[in-house]
Amino acid sequence: MLLALSATALVILALLWDVVATPIGEALARHRARRRVEPTSDFDPGRERRAEARARQLLKSCVNDEEWAMYRDLGFVRVWGMQAERPGEHEATMGTPYAYLIYPHKPLLAYLPQTGRLLNEYCVTFPDETRPYGSARLPDSDDVLAKWMALTGDERRLIETANLHLPGRQLDPRQVKRDLWRLRQWEQERVRAAGADEAHEGGRRQARAGQ
Amino acid sequence: MRFLRMKPGHGEVLIAEGDVDVREDEERLVDEFRRQLDAGMWAAVPLGGRGGRRTAQLARRFTEVPRDAERVIFFPRAAGG
Repeated sequence: MLLALSATALVILALLWDVVATPIGEALARHRARRRVEPTSDFDPGRERRAEARARQLLKSCVNDEEWAMYRDLGFVRVWGMQAERPGEHEATMGTPYAYLIYPHKPLLAYLPQTGRLLNEYCVTFPDETRPYGSARLPDSDDVLAKWMALTGDERRLIETANLHLPGRQLDPRQVKRDLWRLRQWEQERVRAAGADEAHEGGRRQARAGQ
Repeated sequence: MRFLRMKPGHGEVLIAEGDVDVREDEERLVDEFRRQLDAGMWAAVPLGGRGGRRTAQLARRFTEVPRDAERVIFFPRAAGG
């Protein structure tokens, strides 16, 4: 009798297990998830904003007025290339002035300002492995300044360090073309504004001389 | 002369300051310069230029830093991305 009851109980348990096991497993998983200690992220938006504000001031104090205004208004800086032999030199364009666009945390982009032809992307980073707040990434403006200093200080060394890629690997060529168009518009506007200022100043000088 | 170092989450940090014409200060600056380069930093001196153009000079030794430089900026060494 006892044996029969035990066998029946076992059969009932086995049949119920399929029904009960899943909810029990889920309840246990929820319980563990609630008790799990998640590693806290070191990311602090306020601190990052303050760091970026300081980095912008440092950048402004190092580059010239035009470069600073370019970065402030357009979000990138153009630096003229100074190497006699441009990397990836092509016979048809030999000796043509070339320049780089510096974007924060994106590759350097070499191009020909006269034609707008994109030459190469140079992927380069400045990782700070001390990771003071868990990240090796400099503030945006510090990254731009690091590239600017390395490029104007020792272009060849930086370019040799970087990984060379054809345009379009990380930077969308259509976006870059738009940026180059924006840059041309921006420069024309500055020339017009400077001309207007000069004419205005000349008028004032003449008026003073006439008095 | 001031030594500034770029740091993630900080912006620049003042790490040393001194007068290069004072012997003790200069020695301290030289030691700090070496320490930063040994830690994998590059050192750059922002310079004024002709016609409003500005540039930077990378220095691998303290002797390459112009004596009248107001600041040297240390930043992590470049790596291929």
